[in-house]
Amino acid sequence: MRRLLALVALAAVPVAVLGLFFVVPVTGMVARGFWPDGEFAPAEVWEVLTRDRTLRVLAFTLWSAAAGTVGSVVLGLPAAYVLHRTALPLRRAVRSALLVPFVLPTVVVGVAFRQLLGAGGPLGFLGLDGSATAIVLGLVFFNVAVVIRVVGGAWEQLDDRPGHAAATLGASPAQVFRTVTWPQLRPAVVSAATVVFLFCATAFGIVLTLGGSRYATVETEIYLLTVQVFDLPGAAALSVLQLVVVLGLLLVAGRTRPTPVVRRPATPHRLRGSDAVPVAVTLLLLAAIAAPVAALLVGSLRVDGAWGLANYAALSTTGQREALQVSVTDALLNSLRTAVDATWMALLTGLLVAVVVTRRSRSRAERRTRRLLDGLFMLPLGVSAVTLGFGFLITLDRPPFDLRDSPLLVPVAQALVALPLVVRTLVPVLAGIDDRQRQAAASLGAGALRTLATVDLPVLWRPVLAASGFAFAVSLGEFGATSFLAREDFPTMPLVIFRLLGHPGELNYGMALAASVVLAATTAVVVLAVERLRVTSVGAF
Amino acid sequence: MRTAVPVLMLAATLSACSLTATEEEPPASATGSDAGGRVVLVTHESFSLPKKLVRDFEAESGIDLEVRAAGDAGTLTTKLAVTADNPTGDVAFGVDNTFASRALDEGVFGESDVELPAGVQDYVVPGDDGARMVPVDTGNVCVNVDTAWFEERDLEPPATLEDLADPAYRDLFVTPSALSSSPGLAFLLATVAEYGDDWPSYWDRLLGNGTRVVDGWSDAYYTDFTAGGGDGDRPVVLSYDSSPAFTVPKGGGPSTTAALLDTCFRQVEYAGVLEGADNAAGGAAVVEWLLSEDVQAALPDSMYVFPVREGVALPPDWEQYAEQPSEPLTLDPADIAANRDDWLEQWRDLVTQ
Repeated sequence: MRRLLALVALAAVPVAVLGLFFVVPVTGMVARGFWPDGEFAPAEVWEVLTRDRTLRVLAFTLWSAAAGTVGSVVLGLPAAYVLHRTALPLRRAVRSALLVPFVLPTVVVGVAFRQLLGAGGPLGFLGLDGSATAIVLGLVFFNVAVVIRVVGGAWEQLDDRPGHAAATLGASPAQVFRTVTWPQLRPAVVSAATVVFLFCATAFGIVLTLGGSRYATVETEIYLLTVQVFDLPGAAALSVLQLVVVLGLLLVAGRTRPTPVVRRPATPHRLRGSDAVPVAVTLLLLAAIAAPVAALLVGSLRVDGAWGLANYAALSTTGQREALQVSVTDALLNSLRTAVDATWMALLTGLLVAVVVTRRSRSRAERRTRRLLDGLFMLPLGVSAVTLGFGFLITLDRPPFDLRDSPLLVPVAQALVALPLVVRTLVPVLAGIDDRQRQAAASLGAGALRTLATVDLPVLWRPVLAASGFAFAVSLGEFGATSFLAREDFPTMPLVIFRLLGHPGELNYGMALAASVVLAATTAVVVLAVERLRVTSVGAF
Repeated sequence: MRTAVPVLMLAATLSACSLTATEEEPPASATGSDAGGRVVLVTHESFSLPKKLVRDFEAESGIDLEVRAAGDAGTLTTKLAVTADNPTGDVAFGVDNTFASRALDEGVFGESDVELPAGVQDYVVPGDDGARMVPVDTGNVCVNVDTAWFEERDLEPPATLEDLADPAYRDLFVTPSALSSSPGLAFLLATVAEYGDDWPSYWDRLLGNGTRVVDGWSDAYYTDFTAGGGDGDRPVVLSYDSSPAFTVPKGGGPSTTAALLDTCFRQVEYAGVLEGADNAAGGAAVVEWLLSEDVQAALPDSMYVFPVREGVALPPDWEQYAEQPSEPLTLDPADIAANRDDWLEQWRDLVTQ
């Protein structure tokens, strides 16, 4: 009984946060659709679900997300191997470089992709501009880093002795992978694939920019129905559909969560002949990720048909004809400040969740509750930002929670996006601590705090820092929720870039590209700092 | 000790710059009954006026103006509609004629007795006549051509909507999507105004003639348009009547692009006091200020739109190169509200094919 009470007490804060900033707004917005004029009218909602179009949209969403996930896993696995198990020169730098796109704002990547794939771009001859293939490529571009980080982290710690033993007994490298490595790796792959699938299924900007509005996903459809058509019942129906799909996915994925394994970090081995294929894939991936970024860089250095730094010099101004309210440098500061807040929020909540989820369960019910909590905090990744955004406005509008104009809403929303990543970074570390250590400490007379300080903290502090870097970078790049909630006098970098792109004037366009490069560089620095703090289990989902 | 540096860095950032540490909230009790006090202006992300104008207004009226800008015109209207029973501010600017009916139907705006200066009456919403929604600015969405591109090839540029479907201009036109871009929607409405119920067959021909549909205006103009500064390959683009004023070469001389004045759809943006506003008097004062000569004169440079007030001087480049159509295409907002759904759905099916 006391254990259960303690569990409830620890879980109270994160659950309250999730309830207030996620469950209440989403429910409020969905309810608005089900009760259009104050009367319950489920028929309208049902009608939307039976439309042909809804089925087509759902099918495309599932197809594109699945294709994006498969692409990310297929390309990510060899890269994870090369970057985490072999002694490839410069592998640390490469690892951080591969993470940059994951945190780049979609609006920037969209521009970069179109510069490459557009009719006048270097890859224009492929005719991919505006195709479904371009969308899938974009999704892979964004998400391959998740696979590399998550699977690589797990791979790094696999005991390599069983594999060696199998090889000595005559197994081919393929057989070793299939019978020894893969079974140990599978939970991490499933975990990574789940997160990637959620990211892909709720992608918004990338679908619109790269698909030229010829393709619709559930996410873009919710935007369309809510904002353009004002069909709230329809939007509610799709939001519910989205939730059902996400819950189903989490249930399936939840069955294969990693169980703690014996960790014995192997030293990276020197490259050998059999590594040729994975190394080639990694280099190809690196080139593919570098290309759009390089296109941005080149674009930002072009001024009036010649090379120059004028676009960068202009970043301290508000643009041509005062396109902005604040200068880009101010916006960068805003971004950094917001990211600080989002980070501590995500970290605090994430830590509590991780602790609650990883404490040993004594009964089935307890274990179920912990698992449920674990899945619950993944939900914000899978639900439409439009539904959440408007939900904020109609539910958090009265005391005691009159928060809709609060400047804190932006970091809170960003923290919700970063939270799953923080949780997934900390959970494996905490789960890996043998509970007997804590028991030993306790039996030697240490109190709860002392136990925490001597047993958990030494293991935890580096992953906590790493998770904070991750959250920080996610916050820097967040666009969807921020564009909805940010205030005019306090725009962040992605908003400023978007605004510059929407204003006429060549300098404004050049500044948008330069600002993107600066944001990418800032992100890279943060990620590199995280890499330096890297502990062996960081990012193992 | 390597790890100590990042820790210190982190600690420094945490203590030095955080929103919660530095945010200064104006006192919430500063709302008054007369004009004066705090007024919250809810608007879209394109709202922008010179800071000096805002400061002068605040000094003269005693109003503390707080601007909350987020999202596009559609997002703004939706936001106002869902919060109609408990508005997020006192006054709103930026609902346009394509969304006007939704705002009126949902009871977003209350009546205010703002006096309309000469010229403004021409732009009111039929039926409302300026009682709730006061016109503030106007602009036209027009097809633009890269005149230099056509001169180089000794080709006559297209002039009408019909020309765009002419095989002579095959694969030359790019437009933003009606689903995700407000000029894109305006262009769809232009074709509805021009062709009536036959618009789908026009679009069929248009798409059959190699028209490219992209996500947003900036995509179309900067990435696909030949005169947009990128490496675009399309010399005909959907943009605004004011766009040619922005393609005047550095040394002066004629603009390198032109707007086709027979293809224009008129957009009007409105302001109004929100129903149930805490400070309705202050809200009305803001609407009056938006119609003042100073603000009206600042509109072209700040928001790329034309003033609605008569006798307001335009910037020189605009005077010379931003020609307004004399008879733009228009549709009744009530008509738009009633059919937007169907039109968008039909358009979506045409483009998705």
